[in-house]
Amino acid sequence: MYRYDEFDFAFVSQRVDQFRDQVARRLSGELTEEQFRPHRLMNGLYLQLHSYMLRIAVPYGLLNARQMRKLADIARKYDRGYGHFTTRQNLQFNWPALKDTPDILAELASVEMHAIQTSGNCIRNVTADHFAGVAKDETVDPRPYAEILRQWSSLHPEFTFLPRKFKIAVNGAAHDRAVIQAHDIGLQAVKNAQGEVGFEVYVGGGLGRTPMIGRKISDFVAEKDLIAYVDAILRVYNLEGRRDNKYKARIKILVHEKGESPMREAVEKEFAARRAEELTLPAEEVARIEAYFAPPPLKAHDSTSARVERRASRDARFRDFLATNVAAHKVSGYSIVTVSLKPIGKPPGDASADQMDALADLAEDYSQDEMRVSHEQNIILPYVALDDLPAVYDRLSSVGLSTPNAGLVSDIIACPGLDYCALATARSIPVAERISERFGDGARARDIGPLKIKISGCINACGHHHVGHIGILGLERAGEETYQITLGGSGDETASIGQITGPGFSSEKVVDAIETIVDTYKGLRTDANEEFLAAFRRVGMQPFKEALYERSAGSDI
Amino acid sequence: MAEIVTANRLGDGIVVFLDAQGRWVEPFAQAAMFADESAKAAAMAAAKLSEARNEVVDPYWVEVVARGGGFAPKSLRESIRAHGPTIQFTFSGPARGAERSAQEGVHVPL
Repeated sequence: MYRYDEFDFAFVSQRVDQFRDQVARRLSGELTEEQFRPHRLMNGLYLQLHSYMLRIAVPYGLLNARQMRKLADIARKYDRGYGHFTTRQNLQFNWPALKDTPDILAELASVEMHAIQTSGNCIRNVTADHFAGVAKDETVDPRPYAEILRQWSSLHPEFTFLPRKFKIAVNGAAHDRAVIQAHDIGLQAVKNAQGEVGFEVYVGGGLGRTPMIGRKISDFVAEKDLIAYVDAILRVYNLEGRRDNKYKARIKILVHEKGESPMREAVEKEFAARRAEELTLPAEEVARIEAYFAPPPLKAHDSTSARVERRASRDARFRDFLATNVAAHKVSGYSIVTVSLKPIGKPPGDASADQMDALADLAEDYSQDEMRVSHEQNIILPYVALDDLPAVYDRLSSVGLSTPNAGLVSDIIACPGLDYCALATARSIPVAERISERFGDGARARDIGPLKIKISGCINACGHHHVGHIGILGLERAGEETYQITLGGSGDETASIGQITGPGFSSEKVVDAIETIVDTYKGLRTDANEEFLAAFRRVGMQPFKEALYERSAGSDI
Repeated sequence: MAEIVTANRLGDGIVVFLDAQGRWVEPFAQAAMFADESAKAAAMAAAKLSEARNEVVDPYWVEVVARGGGFAPKSLRESIRAHGPTIQFTFSGPARGAERSAQEGVHVPL
């Protein structure tokens, strides 16, 4: 993984010192809240419903054991013993005190972490495929490019006060695990016929109150032109993006209003005017960054493990874990383990300090000192030898982290919702907990098959509900929580925005409604191999609408 | 319309309520209710003064209603703000979490 150089250390330490001074001036009254707010937001510190919230950047979700242990330490020392992994591959602490945040940031700096650009109208943490570098279906490892973009965008003077926040995601495999088409810029790393690396570029995707799928404005931007091209997009946006209305200020609105072709032309024009300048990526710099992500020296082994087979033959839970939480690895004899942070009936994405420590130990002992945070709010152990799977499983079980539900109905994404968030209009976490209790992680969930449920507690869509196979949006109506359901959304390479079923459901009835949808799917699927999304795309909304609003008593309308 | 004054404490962000003695307290049950206009004006003036002294951030009124033999915030948002998250989140947290749970025993139930 990338390691800070002298410049990085100096820069992050300087920021900590600056923030320490800003906090001291706020506490002494020298700065008013209005004056201080931009400073704290620049350092990822929000004021939420119950307390401050600190959002810590985890660049493209990559963590080593030392960093994870530091997060656990901070959780114990300054917070309430847990942290929340987010849909942007970051980590949030929900209860830090303002007076402690300079110390927290100093502790983070000691392990090459910070909270810069996790808020504000700037280029946010660059996200990437959580299976990067290890996925069997990968063409190009996206991490070096995510790191190059991170370095280029950090405190970029021209792009620090954009019309609105700006999110970039990079994917390099056939399967899009980074939801690139729902980002302001989505980059799909590909290779051309000559084997050269380049990027398909999507612009103007986004969720929130106006969900849009990104438009592809280039089929191949050469590696050396990556920064120049992204820079050109940002320049067009910075000049032409709306600043009069924050709900219309994201680049998706500009692309929508301007049109795909004029947007492409504007970007190409800007790119042509600037490409000869200093933004060309030197091959040696790419190679230098790539070296940080060089694959560890894994010795290929047999593609099967007798040890795993013996355990699987007598342990059904372990078999379930293998089926859903273990993915194929690039290197024979290894596997990618998804550690589900979705224990049944618990808040999605939360991990206790003890669990974080246990994950750090596991990463050190079995996964080349490396973990990834996925946008699905799980933790990935990317280098587990097949023979080690029983031991890893047992150790995960001992800390409550072996829930065998990755990709199933109970592996739910949920934003913090009204339990924590000042912007939320309804709760998300309790709904996720009840759905996961209803379907569990056993035979019933496995019979339903792959199904992505995503829940947001307000229209800002941090829970990605628009791209959930089943999306749930919590709203408030006449003082009561009401939940609107969408079906058919997808965040992968076949990205689509979910369609609203109809009138919403009360908190009491929303789980029954989800069950009606799931039962309807099971009744109409061609066979057990036809997944929910495929079935929905084949039959459309009508059967679900009928089941929800005509045959079932689920609706409140 | 009965209302209480709430804010977040500047130093740690914790939710506080103005009590009958004009102090900021954490337990919702100790919040003072204000009904008449002159008392409200005085309470908000005191809260704003406290804000100016850098003790709290953004004091504002919360409407409360009679519920379960006591009073409770009218909106769900303010109920959650007053009583904490409605989900179980404590793993092995330090004192602050425990203190708050202990106080919650005296709160008027939702």
